[in-house]
Amino acid sequence: MTVKFTINGVKVEAESGDSVIDTARRYGFDIPSLCHHQAVTPYGACRVCLVEITKGGRKKITTCCNYEVLDGIDVVTDSEAIHKHRAMVLELILAEAPDAEPVKKLAAKYGVNVSRFERPKAGAAQERHDCIMCGLCVRVCTEIVEVNALAFNGRGYNRGVGGPYLEAPQSCIACGACAWVCPTDCIGFVEEDGMRKVLKWDRELPMEKDEDGRPFAPKFQLHYFKEKFGLPADIYKKAPGTR
Amino acid sequence: MALIANSAKLRSYREELVDKKAKEGKKVVAICAGTGCNAYGSPKVVAAFREEIEKQGLSDKIEIKPTGCHGFCERGTLVLMHPEKQLYQRVKPEAVAEIVDRTLKGGEVLEEHLYDNPVTGEKHRTEHEIPFYKHQERLILGKNGEIDPTSIDDYIAMGGYDGLAKALEKGPEAVLEEVKKANVRGRGGGGFPAGRKWETCKNAPSDKRYIICNADEGDPGAFMDRSILEGNPHAVIEGMIIAAFTIGSDEGYVYVRHEYPLAIERLTIALAQAREWGFLGKGILGTGLDFNIKINRGGGAFVCGESTALMMSIEGKVGEPRAKHIHTVISGLYNKPTNLNNVETYANIPLILDKGADWYIGKGTKGSPGTKIFSLVGKVNNTGLVEAEMGMTLRQIIFDIGGGIPDGNEFKAVQTGGPSGGCLPASKLDLKVDFDSLWEEGSMMGSGGMIVMDDKTCMVDVAKYFLGFLKFESCGKCTTCREGLRRLHELVTDISEGKGTEETISLIEELCDTVEAGSLCALGTTAMNPVLSTLKFFRDEYMAHVKDHRCPAGVCKELITYEITDNCNGCMVCAKRCPEDCIAGEKKQLHVIDIEKCIKCGICKDVCKFDAVRVY
Repeated sequence: MTVKFTINGVKVEAESGDSVIDTARRYGFDIPSLCHHQAVTPYGACRVCLVEITKGGRKKITTCCNYEVLDGIDVVTDSEAIHKHRAMVLELILAEAPDAEPVKKLAAKYGVNVSRFERPKAGAAQERHDCIMCGLCVRVCTEIVEVNALAFNGRGYNRGVGGPYLEAPQSCIACGACAWVCPTDCIGFVEEDGMRKVLKWDRELPMEKDEDGRPFAPKFQLHYFKEKFGLPADIYKKAPGTR
Repeated sequence: MALIANSAKLRSYREELVDKKAKEGKKVVAICAGTGCNAYGSPKVVAAFREEIEKQGLSDKIEIKPTGCHGFCERGTLVLMHPEKQLYQRVKPEAVAEIVDRTLKGGEVLEEHLYDNPVTGEKHRTEHEIPFYKHQERLILGKNGEIDPTSIDDYIAMGGYDGLAKALEKGPEAVLEEVKKANVRGRGGGGFPAGRKWETCKNAPSDKRYIICNADEGDPGAFMDRSILEGNPHAVIEGMIIAAFTIGSDEGYVYVRHEYPLAIERLTIALAQAREWGFLGKGILGTGLDFNIKINRGGGAFVCGESTALMMSIEGKVGEPRAKHIHTVISGLYNKPTNLNNVETYANIPLILDKGADWYIGKGTKGSPGTKIFSLVGKVNNTGLVEAEMGMTLRQIIFDIGGGIPDGNEFKAVQTGGPSGGCLPASKLDLKVDFDSLWEEGSMMGSGGMIVMDDKTCMVDVAKYFLGFLKFESCGKCTTCREGLRRLHELVTDISEGKGTEETISLIEELCDTVEAGSLCALGTTAMNPVLSTLKFFRDEYMAHVKDHRCPAGVCKELITYEITDNCNGCMVCAKRCPEDCIAGEKKQLHVIDIEKCIKCGICKDVCKFDAVRVY
């Protein structure tokens, strides 16, 4: 069903069930976000995509990644208030991930070059290495790869992300999808000495070799994909590009 | 086959119960067996009474009835003698034999067990003479002192399930109108009109609807819902059945925290009885209504009191809130329309159906009808559970009911609404307590926590305490709550340690603004209340910490020093009790504290009988 509403005064259309952020981006409006990816369920964690939405005469500041389009709403993607709140949210995130380039870049766009909140990290926080708890890795692992290797653990400022029982996740196929979507590039994905390593999860798997003896993917991952998609038994024998 | 087949049978059953009780003519001794009195040893008092009654051959004349919380926790164990409601307080098992002999048998009043009014010095004999009870309007809690919570017959004899019978006769539309007219507002804290919530849920298109009772009471110092469930579980069950009938639901949940074992035990018994008697199950009271209730025990996360997190938890997922752009009354538990109210709200429903909306709106204020139960705690003489008519002033609640501030100290502030509520100063004591007035002053009703603070309390320390609680209880999903509260706590801690500046204060205010606007659920959007309200009403105190590096209330350890004054007569008690062994001095000579070694634990000040330890 088609839904009609406005973004910054421009009349737009979307399908019901679409999110405001995806619709806005499709129309070329720039709304920043660190935890949103079209391929997975919106989560509303980073709070960078705050916008103003007026519904039934009531204006409210809210995130737009998890806001489904509705007939007659008016969305404003930038204002003094939005700018101020986004800058503050980014300042909080920058203190969490001071070395992450995408965060630094986005924060700078909002005039935040140094976070007033940053202080020496201690204990559990020290090990976090620029993770901003956006949950993209968890969602990709659960919804796309469907191996459910990752989940959040802990609560509040002690929140963490990783495998069950805080150990290396045994169902992880080291496919690297989590590292690919990570907005701060804090997971670490390397291939060396015939091994594929996903550093943050402490997962290491030996890689299969192709006919020319070049390691190309972990056996566990290849088996999983073959089963999941019902591929022919000899699929991995053929040269890359002809599969 | 259900025991009570229809409404007519319910009425005749009740008459039989009342007749039977009248014929027996037993004198009832109600002994509080709520959590507070249990801690005082009420089970031993109950056992002693039973043993003594047996021994003296009074079993056919006197009934010993352990009940739910009577509210006056400060004075437990409470023994209430019906029908004249004579109250003996602070009863110990050793005193029981004499009470049975002289009071129950001999009709004598034992002065030593009566409540002695600390203000007037008078002794009060009955419950309604005691100021703590006199100024209350105990519509809900009143029954706690009369009902054995494990006996459905007790509840029925007092008119229980009559509200349900009337509702079934009226039909769902009329019940909805009645609840809307009564304008009963959500007692869980939001204050949203229950009738409107029911209506939206009822009209949401679906083949299945759920009813949930939120009993995940998690505010520090709050025990309202716990005491209702422990003392009168059937009132909540009856309210839920009426809601199910009105909305069209066949399945309900009570989400109750695991830390409430007694509430769970009594609720389990009550649910089993309600099923056996025919108030739950198929074809309730001979109508087409099918409804059942399950108990879901929560693991104790504070955030699971938030409706969406609670529903996630029931579904077996991690208790994290989700955005409520689509309300839970439209898409809640398992994506079905779900009506969630809290314990106290449901307990109000049978009353409204039984006595009518017109009667109900006669209580309280225009915008907030009825009563509200508060857990009155902190620096107040009469700690306990208080049910006050809406519109009573804070002064009436704290001074008339609560008996004022102990130890001759001054009132400083009261925090209403739990950890996310605000602190109101003495100048707001005449504020009428209802949902809207509290919001306007930057505090809230919340679920009814009321923490009284005296002049020995540091408001920076208070803000620090609540932020510490909230940052720990934040689920951590969204940045503004997880990081925002952590940083707010750090900044307020800086101030309490004398490391803050005026810039710290403005950064706090700036951050509060974004935490409020940008957080995903109500835990985050209200978390700044304790900070902002203390900054608003007690800014001078913050400034003293920041500018003079001084804590005026003498609480913040980094900013205070202990010193022994000339009042010291050298008794050596403080020196012996000092855990750091840092008080020097001979007998009958002035003692001295070694400031370098002192850990500022305050024990010397507490143990000194001569007021010789000064904090500055």
